[in-house]
Amino acid sequence: MRQLTNIFWLAGKELKSVLGDPVMVILILWSFIVAVILEASGAGDTVYNAAIAILDEDGSMLSRQIADALGPPWFQPPVMVTPDQVGPEMDAGRIMFVLAFPPGFEADVISGLMPVAQLEVDATAVSQAQLGTDYIVSILASETRAFLSGNPDAPDPALRLELRRAFNPNGNPVWFKSVSSLLNQLSLLTIALTGAAMLREREKGTIEHLMVMPLTPLEIALSKVLANVVVVLAAFTLSLMFVVQGLLKVPVSGSVALLLSGTAIYLAAAAAIGMFLGTMARSMAQFALLVIMVIIPIIMLSGGMGAIESQPDIVQRLTLVLPSRHFLAFAKAVVFRGAGLGAVWFELSLMAGLGLAFFVASLLLFRRSMSLSG
Amino acid sequence: MKPAAVTDDTVASIEAVSHRYGKITALDGLTLDIPAGRMVGLIGPDGVGKSTLMGLISGAKRLQAGHVETLGGDMSSTRHRTGIGRRIAFMPQGLGKNLYHDLSIRENLEFFGKLFGQSRSERAARIEHLTGATGLAPFLDRPAGKLSGGMKQKLGLCAALIHDPDFLLLDEPTTGVDPLSRRQFWDLIDTIRKDRPVMSVLVSTAYMEEAGRFEHLIAMNEGRVLAEASPADLMTQTGTDNVGAAFVALLGGEIADPQDTPPTAPTPATDVGPPAIKADGLTKRFGDFTAVDTVSFEITRGEIFGFLGSNGCGKTTTMKMLTGLTPATEGEAWIFGQPVDAQNLDARRRVGFMSQSFSLYGELTVRENLLLHARLFHLGAILTAERMADLVPRFGLKPYLDQGAASLPLGVRQRLSLAVAVIHAPDILILDEPTSGVDPQARDAFWDMLTDLARREHVTIFISTHFMDEGMRCDRISLMHAGKVLVTDAPQAIIAARGMETLEDAFVAHMLDAMPQDVSAGDPGLTVIETPVTTTKAPRFSFRRLLAYTTREATQVRRDPVRLVFSFIGSAILLLIMSFGISQEVREIPFAAFDQDQSPESRAYLSGFEESDWFLERPRIRDAATLERRMASGELALVLQIPPDFGVSVRRGEMAEVAALIDGTDTNRAGTVESYVEGAHTHVLTQGTQSALALTGLAPSRASPVRLEPRFHYNPAMESLPAIGPAIPPLLLLLFPAILMAVSVAREKEIGTITNFYVTPTGRAEFLIGKQLVYIAITLLNFIILTVLVVTILDVPLKGSPAALVLGALLYAVAATGYGLLVSMMASTQVTAVFAAAILSVMPTLQFSGMITPVSSLEGPARILGTLWPTTWYMGLSVGTFTKGLGISELSSHLLRLAAFGPILTLLAVLALRKQEK
Repeated sequence: MRQLTNIFWLAGKELKSVLGDPVMVILILWSFIVAVILEASGAGDTVYNAAIAILDEDGSMLSRQIADALGPPWFQPPVMVTPDQVGPEMDAGRIMFVLAFPPGFEADVISGLMPVAQLEVDATAVSQAQLGTDYIVSILASETRAFLSGNPDAPDPALRLELRRAFNPNGNPVWFKSVSSLLNQLSLLTIALTGAAMLREREKGTIEHLMVMPLTPLEIALSKVLANVVVVLAAFTLSLMFVVQGLLKVPVSGSVALLLSGTAIYLAAAAAIGMFLGTMARSMAQFALLVIMVIIPIIMLSGGMGAIESQPDIVQRLTLVLPSRHFLAFAKAVVFRGAGLGAVWFELSLMAGLGLAFFVASLLLFRRSMSLSG
Repeated sequence: MKPAAVTDDTVASIEAVSHRYGKITALDGLTLDIPAGRMVGLIGPDGVGKSTLMGLISGAKRLQAGHVETLGGDMSSTRHRTGIGRRIAFMPQGLGKNLYHDLSIRENLEFFGKLFGQSRSERAARIEHLTGATGLAPFLDRPAGKLSGGMKQKLGLCAALIHDPDFLLLDEPTTGVDPLSRRQFWDLIDTIRKDRPVMSVLVSTAYMEEAGRFEHLIAMNEGRVLAEASPADLMTQTGTDNVGAAFVALLGGEIADPQDTPPTAPTPATDVGPPAIKADGLTKRFGDFTAVDTVSFEITRGEIFGFLGSNGCGKTTTMKMLTGLTPATEGEAWIFGQPVDAQNLDARRRVGFMSQSFSLYGELTVRENLLLHARLFHLGAILTAERMADLVPRFGLKPYLDQGAASLPLGVRQRLSLAVAVIHAPDILILDEPTSGVDPQARDAFWDMLTDLARREHVTIFISTHFMDEGMRCDRISLMHAGKVLVTDAPQAIIAARGMETLEDAFVAHMLDAMPQDVSAGDPGLTVIETPVTTTKAPRFSFRRLLAYTTREATQVRRDPVRLVFSFIGSAILLLIMSFGISQEVREIPFAAFDQDQSPESRAYLSGFEESDWFLERPRIRDAATLERRMASGELALVLQIPPDFGVSVRRGEMAEVAALIDGTDTNRAGTVESYVEGAHTHVLTQGTQSALALTGLAPSRASPVRLEPRFHYNPAMESLPAIGPAIPPLLLLLFPAILMAVSVAREKEIGTITNFYVTPTGRAEFLIGKQLVYIAITLLNFIILTVLVVTILDVPLKGSPAALVLGALLYAVAATGYGLLVSMMASTQVTAVFAAAILSVMPTLQFSGMITPVSSLEGPARILGTLWPTTWYMGLSVGTFTKGLGISELSSHLLRLAAFGPILTLLAVLALRKQEK
C-alpha cells in the first residue's frame, strides 16, 4: 500500500515534468499525428505506381491494347522508348519494367504461334520485380484472350480461381500501414521518453535526492514507467480515434478495450527497454546511439516492413525478444481479425514476460549506475 | 596594426542597459563606466546580473536594450565586435568552464593560440612563458579535467592571456577554489598587471574578503548598481571595517560578525547513545584516482559539523557514502550506531539530505514540492498540514507558494530545499554546499535557521562549504583537501593552534604542510614577457582557425573512443542483422485446405500446392466454423476452399471454381501470396499432365496464347541479399553521423565551451565546418568498414565504379553531418538535440528513401519528403554501383543531387548559428 502511494505520487511528478517540457509535447504530437498520417497514406501497395515503358516494334492494335491496359494503380501510364533508351533509363532507376513487343507480334498471336514478348525487369527491389512481373503476365494473357475472342470481357478458363482477401477485402494498404506506423511511434517515443527521464534526473542530480528518501529503486523505476505509459497511451488513444479511425477511416473490428489493454502492456515493456538503455548509457550521445541501435530492428524486423516468416530462422529467433514483434501480431489480430482475448493471450503474456525481463535487468543496472555516477 | 593602449579613461561604458531571461530581469536600466587600466571588481551575490554584464561587455551576449561601448566602439556592431575580438579575453564563470577537459594543458593552450593566428614558434614561446609564470609547466601533458580547481583556473587565465589582451574579464575566477590557490591566483594577476599596466581588468567575485584587493569596486544588486568606489571609500561611506559588511550595509541590512558571536555550545544530548554519525577510514577510489582518502570523524547529536574545502576535494563523495548513495571502497560508517545500509529505508527516514544541486523539481510549484516530499515520507494529512504551517512561515515561503520552483530567486530556492529536507523532521541533516552562490545576507539568515534547528530541535547537522566565515559558525569543522582531512577541531581551536588570525590563514598553513609538491605558485622570478604580437590584421576567414577546431575536435574524439567504437560496432551489427533479416522472399506460406469435395480431382489440384516450396501445409479444415476460427487466429495465411461439386464439374468440363481466401491484414504480404497462388494455380493446370486433372484435358488447351519471357537484370537470381545488403549502409551512414554531429555542437552549448567561439575572432563557418570535418572523416571510416563487410561477409560484389561509390559516400557524409549541424541549431541541450535528430530522421530514412518501397511508389507528402531526403539518392547510388554495376557517368545525376544537400544544409546551419549568446 505504502509502495503504491509512493509510486502514485512520484508518477504524478513525472507526468508534470513530461507535459511541462514543450519539446516533448511537440514531439509527441508530431509522432502521433503527422508521422502516422505521412506513413500510412504515403506507402501504396508493394507494386504501386511502378514505372513501366513499352518498346513497341510491332505497332499493332494488340500491342497498343496491352499498353493501354497497363496503368494505375499498379503502374504509371507507360512511356514509349526506343531500343537505345532502355539501358540508360533502367540504369538510372527511372524505369523498372520494359515490355518489348517483337515485330509481327500480333500476326503471330492470330496465327497461334505463341509469340514471345520480352520483359526487362530491374530486379534490385526483389519483391516489386516479382510481383510486377506476375501482374504483367496476367494482364498480357487476359488482354490477348480478349483480343482473340473479340470480346472485351475475356472468357475465363474452365477452372477459375477466385481470390478473396479476408479482413481487408479491398486490400487497402493504409489499414496495415497505419497500425505498423502506430507501432513505430509507440516504440520510438516510449523508449526515448523513459530513457531520457532517467538521464535527465541523473543530470539534474535529483535522482540522488530520491535515493536518500525512503523509496526503493523499484518504486522510482515503476513510477517512471507508469507516467510515460500513461502519456503515450493517451496520445495513442487519441491518435487511434481521431487519426486512424477518423481521418484515415481504418475500421477496428475487435474490441477497442482489449486493444488499449494490450497496448498498455506493450508500452510498459517498451518503457522497460527505455529504462534499460537510460541506465546503461553514460551520456546523451551514448543513449542516442543505443536508441538508434534498438529502434531500427524494432521498426524493420517486427513484421511491419516484411513478414516475420520470410526472415531466416536465426533472425526469427532473435526477433522473438522484441516485444514489438508480438505487439504487431496482437494488434493485427485485434484490429483486423477481430480476435478476442482467447486468441491473443499468448502474445500478451510474451510481451509482459519480455517487459518484466527488461525491467528487472534495468533495476539491477540502476543500483550499479548510482554507485558509479558518484 | 594593433592599436596603442586605450587612451581614454574608460575601457567600457554601459548606458541604460536592460537584460531579461524570460520573466526574470537580470539587468535593469544599468548605466556604468568601467575605468581603463585598472583592476575593477564587480561584487554582489549570484543572480544579480554580474555575469550578464560581463557577457554584454565582452560581446558574448547579445544586447537586448541599451547601449554598450567597449574599447571605444559600439558592441551592437558586428564589425566592431569582430575587430576587438583579439583585444579582449573573457574567462567565464565555473571551474574550467571554457576549457576542454579531455585535452591536456598544452593542447588547450595550442588551440587558443591558433584561434589568434599565432605561428607554431610564437605559440611555443607563449605557452612556455605563461605556464612558467603560473607554475603549470610541469603538468603540460595532464588533461585539464584532472587538474585541481585552482590549477584549472590558472590554465583558464593562461588561455585568456595567450594573445596579450588589452581588456581581461574574469567572471568569479576563484569561486570554489581552495584558499591557497585563491591567494596564488590573485598574486599572479598582480604580477601580470605590473608587467602590462595598460591592461584593464574587470573581475567579479562572491568572496567579499577578496574584494579588498581591487582598486575600484562596483557593488551590484538585483540588476542595479548600489555603489561605485574604492574599497576604502566604500567602507568609510558605510562605516564598516570590511567589504562584506559594507555590502550588507548597502543592501540596508546587518550581518552579525561570526567572529564576535561564537555559536552557543551544543546542548549535550540527554541520552548517551552512539554518535549520530561515525566514519572510520572511509575511502573512495575511482580507478586510480582516490577521491576520499581514509576519512574518519565522529559527530555527536545536536552538533553542527562542517566540512570545509574546495570543489572536488572529496566533500560530496564523503556525504554520498554516508547516505549510502555510493558504496565506500574501504572503511565503514555508522548512523546512530547502525552501519550505513543502502537498503535500509527506515534509516533514511531519520536523515534529511540537501544535495549540491538543490534537488527540487523545477516544474513543480513550491507547495507541490513540499507536498510531494511529505507524501513520500507518509506524514499523513494532519501531520503534513502541521509541518506546512510551521515551515512555510519559518522559511519565508509564503509569498512563493504557487510559483514554479525553477523561477524562484536562488536564495528562496535554497530555503525551499532546506524546508523540503526537514519536512519529515529528521534527526540528521546532511547539507552539501547549501549556500553556494547565495548572497551574504541570505547566507546569514540561512545559518540562523540551521543554528535554530540544531539548538532547539537537537538536529545533528553535517554541512559542507567553501566559505571560511561559514566554517566559523560550526561547532567543529574538518579542513579537507585533496581527499584528506587535514585537521578536525573547533574553528577557534584550529586558528589558535596554528597561531593565526583567521581560519583562512590557518587553512593555508595546513595546506602548505600537507602538499607542497603538487601545486607550486609558479616561479616568482619568471614573469610574463611580452612577445611581439602578430601584426597581421585578422582575416575574415582563416583556415588556421578552422583547422584549430578540427584538430581539437579530433583529439577530443580520440580521447573518448567509446562513442566511436560504439557507432562502428553498432552499425556493423545492424548491417548484418538487417541484411539477413529483411528478406523479401516469402516462403512457407502457411495454408490449409478446406476440401468439401474429397474427389480425385480436388486432391490432385491440392497436391500441386502441397508439393510447392512456397506453401506450408497445415492440418486440413473440416467445417466452416473452424475455418473462421483458424483464420482469425492468424495461423493461416491462405485457405483453399474447394466446393462440393468440384470433381463433377471438372469431369463434365463445366465451369469449376476454387476459392482462395487470403489473410489480408498485411497488405504487402497478401499481394505476394495472391500472386504465388495464381502462379501455383497456373502451374497445376499447365504442368500437371500426370495428375487426375490432366486426364480431363482441361488445362493445356487453355494456356495463354502468348508467352512472356522476363529477364531479371542486375540480380538475376532474385536473391534478397544483393538487393538489401547495399541498401543498409545508406541508413546507418545518415543516422549515426547526424546524431553524433548534433550532440557534439549541443554539448558545447550545454557545457559552455561555446563561449570560446563567442569571444574569439572565430567565424561561424570556421567553427561549424571545423567540427564537421572530423565527423565527415568518421563517417568515411564507417563507410569503409561497412563496405568491406558488404563485400566480404555478405558476399555482394562491388560491380560498378568504386570511385563513384567513394565520391558519393563523401558527398553523403557532408549531407549527413550538415543535417546534424542544422538540427543542433534548434537545440540548446543534448537531450533536445538527440530527440530532434532521431525523431525527425528515422522515419524518412527508413520508410521514404526507397529501402523497401521505391520512392516512385510513394504518394503525396511522403513522396516529396523522400525526394528531398539525401538517403534516397545515396541509396540509388549504393545499389547502382553494387548491384547494377554502374559507373560515374551513369550515376552523375545521383552524384549531382547528392552534392547539393551537404552545402545547403551546412549553409543553413551557418546562417542559423548566432555569434552571440542570447
